[in-house]
Amino acid sequence: MNQLKRFAGVLWLVLGPVAAYYLVQTAASEIAKKPNIDTKIQWGVFVVIFLPIALGMVIFGWYALQGEYDHLPERSEELID
Amino acid sequence: MKNNSIWKVIGASSLGTLIEWYDFYIFGSLATVLASQFFPKANPTAALLSTLATFAAGFIVRPFGALVFGRLGDMIGRKYTFLLTLIIMGGSTFAIGLIPSYDTIGFAAPVLVLVLRLLQGLALGGEYGGAATYVAEHAPHNKRGYFTSWIQTTATLGLFVSLGVILLTRHALDSDQTKSIAKFNDWGWRIPFLVSIVLVIVSIYIRLKMQESPLFEKLKSEGTTSVNPLKESFGHKSNLKMVLLALFGATMGQGVVWYTGQFYAQSFIENVCKVDFDQSRTILIWAIVFATPFFVVFGSWSDKVGRKWIMVAGMILAIATYRPLFGELLRISDPKQKIEIPDLKQIKSSRTAIKGSNDTLHTVTNQFFYDDGMIVSETTKDTVYAAAGKTTVSPDFKVSKKLGTGDYWKMVLIVFAMILYVTMVYGPIAAFLVELFPTKIRYTSMSLPYHIGNGVFGGLTPFIATLLTTIYTNDKLVGLQYPILVAAVCVVIGTLYINNRIDPDIEIKE
Repeated sequence: MNQLKRFAGVLWLVLGPVAAYYLVQTAASEIAKKPNIDTKIQWGVFVVIFLPIALGMVIFGWYALQGEYDHLPERSEELID
Repeated sequence: MKNNSIWKVIGASSLGTLIEWYDFYIFGSLATVLASQFFPKANPTAALLSTLATFAAGFIVRPFGALVFGRLGDMIGRKYTFLLTLIIMGGSTFAIGLIPSYDTIGFAAPVLVLVLRLLQGLALGGEYGGAATYVAEHAPHNKRGYFTSWIQTTATLGLFVSLGVILLTRHALDSDQTKSIAKFNDWGWRIPFLVSIVLVIVSIYIRLKMQESPLFEKLKSEGTTSVNPLKESFGHKSNLKMVLLALFGATMGQGVVWYTGQFYAQSFIENVCKVDFDQSRTILIWAIVFATPFFVVFGSWSDKVGRKWIMVAGMILAIATYRPLFGELLRISDPKQKIEIPDLKQIKSSRTAIKGSNDTLHTVTNQFFYDDGMIVSETTKDTVYAAAGKTTVSPDFKVSKKLGTGDYWKMVLIVFAMILYVTMVYGPIAAFLVELFPTKIRYTSMSLPYHIGNGVFGGLTPFIATLLTTIYTNDKLVGLQYPILVAAVCVVIGTLYINNRIDPDIEIKE
């Protein structure tokens, strides 16, 4: 199971940049189609909000690849550094 | 903790949270009326402020509120922080009800509405984490899912109350329904905003009498509260990885299931199926009434079998059945599937003068009656110009369907099924989130993934779904690809990485 968790980490690692690329490309194309202020704000908000989330997905994938999720805390006190 | 004390804690927390959701939803539910009062489309700057109010409050400010108030809650305590969010939310809602229209005070009106809407989003971002944490930290270890599930009912009940208050007000201002709706659109819309203050004052009074969470009190007395909750929540790998897991393995999927079942379904019934204003809302109201007890059922069940599989099962059911369920909504509302009664067909025509000109508005309504009780009204509004040779390029055309009794209840049943999925993913999630993080940074750590999952992934569902239908016009169900895809990724991550523990010991050594 831990091997699968680590392999899947690669998938999440790739999913982040792919999602970010798709988002920026779609935003650029939609703004080009309708270059009014409403479209710019809507897509601007989408990009600003989703880029950090895509980065979060990359970090999640990296942690998974490193085996950080091999053993999850069984008790709350294990969560503390 | 004594049994009656825990119910006081749940009552005080739930009432305040319900009011916050109510306050947040009435703005969204009255968006069209508010737009005509404060954001005239003819004015580009006002329209811009309208877009900002819609997007900024839902997607940017909520997660930001989670950070601001989460940090505060982990430093000064849960009680005073979620008291503050309630005051901000209640005050902002009441103030929106008092703002003069754009016609009266000009640009100050949309600017004030925008500022107050941002405050609402900020307050909502801080409220939920506080209420869930507060209840969980009072709850017996083996009933954390059950007791926090009462908090989980509040978001849906807040929507229920907002829809109910709006429908009641809309029909209660005059015995003539047309006049009543006109009065509501003119000034009656302020009532749902203004009545909120009474509920908020009662809730503040109750919350003031409550004690701080015992676990937070313990940390405080030992001097071990967090000095920098943001750094400890997101700067330490051991906690950041749990925040990311909470987001991608639970709240992201929960958010899209929540918004698809309760918002996109209603919007789909009204705008795609063309079911009339009142019926599209009462269908949702009935479905909520029948489904709400299941928040408690699944929350309680999660104490026995764990949180993970109930939430994952809710998402899998949503993924597997959204397309057939929405397809059935379309089929039910399609008059081609029914037999028309031609003898009952009615055509109404009227002409009214347009103020300030010699032009007249010509309205023609065709009503078609069907054997199962459905009535389809097609209304065409066309301006007849006084000047010779001038004609309207494209007259305003609207279709509105009133369902027969059988079809109405079929739709209630379908929406009920979708809200049942919501109760599966949402009922246990407060306990799940609380158990992921240590007491001293719990408020901050659980609030952010919750509000990104709900506010961003969930809140975007209606926009992205609608956007997809404008790109792929041949498939009316294409909008469902977004929630299905997000929920599918969440199911894989949740199944692979989340363990199904039921942490019996929330009282930890910090």
